[in-house]
Amino acid sequence: MYMDRNLASASPTPEPIDETPLYAAHRTLYPQSVKGTYRTIKWVVLVATLAIYYLLPFVRFDRGPNAPHQAVLIDLPGRRFYFFFIEIWPQEVYYLTGLLILAAVILFLMNAVAGRVWCGYLCPQTVWTDLFYAIERLVEGDRREHMLRDQAPWSIDKVSRKAIKHFLWLMVAWWTGGAWVLYFADAPTLVKDLATGQAPFIAYAWIGILTFTTYTLAGHMREQVCLYMCPWPRIQAALTDEHALNVTYRYDRGEPRGSVKKNAQLRAQGLPAGDCVDCLQCVNVCPTGVDIRDGASLGCIQCGLCIDACDAVMEKVGHPTRLIAYDTDLNVRRRLEHKPTSIHIVRARTLVYAAIIAIVGAIMLTTLATRASVGVNLMHDRNPMFVRLSDGAIRNAYTVRILNKQTDPRRFAFAVEGIAGATVDIVGIPTPPDGDLAIEVGPDQTREFRVLVTARQPPKEETSPITFTVVDRNTGEAARAFDHFFAP
Amino acid sequence: MAPDPKTNIDPYTGTPTTGHEWDGLQELNTPLPRWWLWLFYATIIWAVGYWIAYPAWPLFASYSQGVFGWHSRNAIVTDLNSLKTQRGPLMDKLAAASLTEIVADPQLLDFARAVGKSAFAENCAPCHGAGGGGAKGYPNLNDDNWLWGGKLADIQQTITHGVRADDDKTRMGSMPAFGRDGMLKRDEISAVADYVRSLNGLPTPNANLTLGQKVFADNCAVCHGPAAKGNRELGAPNLTSGIWLYGDSKALIMEAVSNGRGAMMPAWGGRLDPTTIKALSVYVYSFGGGEK
Repeated sequence: MYMDRNLASASPTPEPIDETPLYAAHRTLYPQSVKGTYRTIKWVVLVATLAIYYLLPFVRFDRGPNAPHQAVLIDLPGRRFYFFFIEIWPQEVYYLTGLLILAAVILFLMNAVAGRVWCGYLCPQTVWTDLFYAIERLVEGDRREHMLRDQAPWSIDKVSRKAIKHFLWLMVAWWTGGAWVLYFADAPTLVKDLATGQAPFIAYAWIGILTFTTYTLAGHMREQVCLYMCPWPRIQAALTDEHALNVTYRYDRGEPRGSVKKNAQLRAQGLPAGDCVDCLQCVNVCPTGVDIRDGASLGCIQCGLCIDACDAVMEKVGHPTRLIAYDTDLNVRRRLEHKPTSIHIVRARTLVYAAIIAIVGAIMLTTLATRASVGVNLMHDRNPMFVRLSDGAIRNAYTVRILNKQTDPRRFAFAVEGIAGATVDIVGIPTPPDGDLAIEVGPDQTREFRVLVTARQPPKEETSPITFTVVDRNTGEAARAFDHFFAP
Repeated sequence: MAPDPKTNIDPYTGTPTTGHEWDGLQELNTPLPRWWLWLFYATIIWAVGYWIAYPAWPLFASYSQGVFGWHSRNAIVTDLNSLKTQRGPLMDKLAAASLTEIVADPQLLDFARAVGKSAFAENCAPCHGAGGGGAKGYPNLNDDNWLWGGKLADIQQTITHGVRADDDKTRMGSMPAFGRDGMLKRDEISAVADYVRSLNGLPTPNANLTLGQKVFADNCAVCHGPAAKGNRELGAPNLTSGIWLYGDSKALIMEAVSNGRGAMMPAWGGRLDPTTIKALSVYVYSFGGGEK
């Protein structure tokens, strides 16, 4: 079987059982720079995602005079989340649930189409590690130069290069933490406050925490995060199927591998010889240090850099490119069996995922589009359920809260229906002589008050339904809440 | 195929096994990274630092205090002080405003009700109920029937000085024990109980209402008034309102006439600060029974 080739790479030295290492030593990786299609895609994604992350807090969005002008803002003290034209209140946290469902199913769909494409191109760990590797190569040189200098004794050149690298890493990490806190307050104000030392301690603390985590995770932990800390590779392995396009070494073409010379001799003798020239370029460029020729593995984040590296070599030695390509093991086996290959992007799995995404997305859009800008919450007093007054009337008390989700102050008409002849009093809001109650609620605020409903002729039933209606005086937009009126 | 006995390497994965065998199965040895071990050591070092910095170890009579002198009580005091600073401006306004000013200002009213609500839950709810609904012997604070007056100032006075409490200005008044002290005979008590029930339209079978009315006029009207409408100066309840503190059954009314009533309410003046009492008064007033 194909798996047996792993024996070749396994250590041949016999080891006594008791000396099996308990802990794996860290192996420093020196990924070589590479040029090609997938490297270009990765650069574009890196620039785009980092630009969004670092600059989004500075984007302004006009919501009128009573709301913040920041396009994306998580206002924790005010309990509001702003995203361009969307404003979410805490009780609408189900939007977050919807977003999380969407995120999960989109991740599954990505996996069904092209394996760990998230890991390879979009994951923050990948993007920042990629950026940190780029800085490292800029300062300490590419793979060979860097390795040689690391092996060489300490020198002023080596120390200064390492110092510059760590300084640059820390600067990027610090900026990363700095951008993070800008999502939680007005960005230009906070930048000014941070610079003048006026910002709250919590802002500095979070910048410190994120500087530390970015520096550690992207500078030092790197592929260790993917190998040991991230749950997605494990989940992904259980979710994937044989039709998902993975970065695949086409061993049908590549094996038996051998040097250009050796394989040329084999070919001359009419013996089988593969296209793989065993140059190890695919291993050298790998940011997680795996050998793609061993097949898909936990360590492979499917970034496609080995494809670029291999293509360059294949062009040089005159073989067709894409010895490593986005393909499936199934197709490799079919080629070995001389059967036609096929790629099934549209299949039951992807259709189901797409349908779930469409349904959840449609539900979220509908709720967002029909989101009411007024609400009324109602709570009946529990102790006492009703009060008998000295004239025999029965009174019920309710705590009512009106929600004004618009950024302008609004006046609401307030009416109670269901109990014939009942009088309505609001504590703190005197009823005008004409009996026409109007309640003012401030912009983007709620207002809570106590409502007393008194029935001179109490209903005979122990409970009668009662409706509270709130109507915007200007627009006529209404909200209703239902409860009961209790009587002896 | 079993692992190579010499190298211990599993032929399928190329990974060494741990060498232990369970029913013919061997576990692959996939060792943890060494930095993981360092993290474990780091947590141990952190724990030692924590013991030094914070209270940690029980000693014979006390406990290790920690070099920072941190104490959960101090932390609470700090939190409370910061809360006071936050509430400062509104609290000052509340302290300065009169009761009628508080009720007239919507913002101050909301604040006073919020302060009153928590003070009520802590101090008043055990007797009067969570929403002031009352219980037998403990007045319902939601209705419009007040023993000592339902105006803001009346409520404040009652809370501050209590009822029959150990306070110079406490509300005073007592229902004598007409039966126990031999002032009324049993048939007179029965008749007056029936008479009081009849004032509320309650059934009074086989009653001697003439006797009851006479007994009432001679003994009860002094405090409860000739029309039984009560007297708030003495805390004498209105006996015609249909609202009963102890119950409207004849037996309970006879018990009251025979043995008297004299429930007490503590004076809160010494226990709660005047601003809290103000807030409590407004809160109770806004239950719905408050009088103008």
